[in-house]
Amino acid sequence: MSHFSLPSLVANALGSNKGWTKQWAKPEPKANYDVIIVGAGGHGLAAAYYLAKEHNITNVAVLEKGWLGGGNTARNTTIIRSSYLRDESARLYDHALGLWEGLAQEINYNLMFSQRGAMALAHTVHDVQALKRRIYANRLNGIDGEWLSPQQAKAFCPPLNISTDARYPVLGAGLQRRGGVARHDGIAWGFARAASARGVHIIENCAVTGINRAPDGSVTGVETTRGTIGAKKIALSTAGNSSMLLDMAGIRTPIECFSLQALVSEPIEPIFPCVALSNSVHAYISQSDKGELVIGAGTEQYFSYSQRGPLHSVEHTVAAICEMFPIFTRLRMMRNWGGTVDVTPDRSPILGLTPVPGLYINAGWGTGGFKATPGAGHLLAFTIANNVPHDISAPFSLKRFQTGNLIDEAAAASVAH
Amino acid sequence: MLLIDCPYCKEMRPEVEFSHAGEAHIDRPADPSSLSDEEWESFLFLRSNRAGICFERWYHIHGCGRYFNAVRNNVSEKFILTYPAGQKRPSDAQIKGALS
Ligand SMILES: Cc1cc2nc3c(=O)[nH]c(=O)nc-3n(C[C@H](O)[C@H](O)[C@H](O)COP(=O)(O)OP(=O)(O)OC[C@H]3O[C@@H](n4cnc5c(N)ncnc54)[C@H](O)[C@@H]3O)c2cc1C
Ligand SMILES: [Zn+2]
Repeated sequence: MSHFSLPSLVANALGSNKGWTKQWAKPEPKANYDVIIVGAGGHGLAAAYYLAKEHNITNVAVLEKGWLGGGNTARNTTIIRSSYLRDESARLYDHALGLWEGLAQEINYNLMFSQRGAMALAHTVHDVQALKRRIYANRLNGIDGEWLSPQQAKAFCPPLNISTDARYPVLGAGLQRRGGVARHDGIAWGFARAASARGVHIIENCAVTGINRAPDGSVTGVETTRGTIGAKKIALSTAGNSSMLLDMAGIRTPIECFSLQALVSEPIEPIFPCVALSNSVHAYISQSDKGELVIGAGTEQYFSYSQRGPLHSVEHTVAAICEMFPIFTRLRMMRNWGGTVDVTPDRSPILGLTPVPGLYINAGWGTGGFKATPGAGHLLAFTIANNVPHDISAPFSLKRFQTGNLIDEAAAASVAH
Repeated sequence: MLLIDCPYCKEMRPEVEFSHAGEAHIDRPADPSSLSDEEWESFLFLRSNRAGICFERWYHIHGCGRYFNAVRNNVSEKFILTYPAGQKRPSDAQIKGALS
């Protein structure tokens, strides 16, 4: 694996870029591993990397039914922030944001991580109260947050329409300056490369179809489309497919799957300097480095595994964007797509042990898990290595739906991403 | 947009007239105070959530204002059956019949 640096760039440019080596290995599956991680999304790959790096567990395979990073990692709008309301969530998401901040250097990979600020707009008195409450709660948790007047919001994001005769006038905004975006593929590729370099096997086109158990109930391995593979520990990090995988181990889940759509415009000159989110009119927007406006819609109302959604939701979203940013009314939209999001009753993830010995779960991140990628992987690796939940993820257990200790981010956080 | 056959109105109407109301055929506990935590968890939170055939409730909110149930394939998004609330969950044979 070649190291990325200015000298290596120059040397390879002089050699017509023929000297680059493959970024990760494509080994055949072995018969046995210490740990199998199911799902080579950002989360699963991150967990493999941290298992190797922090726990010295390198006899690890990440099994992926399609290609690595082709799930929701590839489909999301990459909004990153840690401005969640509840103490437990604030710790969880800020742990992830902290890891993002040093990650590109650590894994020697350009993640295009850009802390351009995530700004949530308030359009009603209730929005104002909810956002201010969230900012104060965030500050108590050591997370940056500030309230902007409509004029300050406009100065921060010039395309914003703050006229008072708008259908949903902007009454102010909550800003987290450390929020931003990153390159969706970058995080999957970066972790794949870093994990592979430490000996982790990443095995694509290998769908897990069953979970094998010993007479005492503990896991012994998995059945896959490429044969039986043994493992002492198995972690499921399969986002929208998690209920089906847990089903294989006889575990019913508090998860429901829906489609969530996004779309991009034709590429234009840099015009949109931040991330803007509006829960009331239901739209999220930022501009990619390619110049496309990246726009996210709301979750569809009905159960779905189709990875697509209806046009009327896209229309609704675009209408909201045009309302808030009239300068974009003549812009053409280029592509739209959908992903299957795994939603829990309290809109918080599930990360920890399961009733089956040796089986671990990381799921339920729903519409907002991209931002958590390094954090989820880090905490999952700790949980696998030590067979106990990390302090930060302990409240996010599967058990909480029995004890009633829900971590309600549904209405409270007031933004879906 | 989905086209949905309301079993009361007996008409195919667009999805925007309806609101989805969660998984169907989850019975309310007959004697709530006798339920254990596990049983509450199961009733309130645990769901089937499989890819393929699903049973779900719909509310014809901008139509007749009534709830009904549907059998739908959530991968192809095609409705297989709709039927009034209170009616028993269709058997596999009935679903197969409706599919052919
Ligand atoms: C349109 C859209 C917009 C979003 N916007 C944002 C946003 O702005 N900010 C944010 O933080 N989050 C956002 N999200 C949510 C975010 O994408 C996810 O929470 C996150 O990417 C989940 O990462 P993951 O690695 O767990 O999942 P994935 O990338 O989906 O990885 C799971 C992997 O498991 C594999 N798998 C499944 N079943 C099996 C099996 N049986 N055997 C082997 N492999 C299997 C899948 O193929 C997949 O590659 C958005 C999601 C969507 C759909
Ligand atoms: Zn009707």
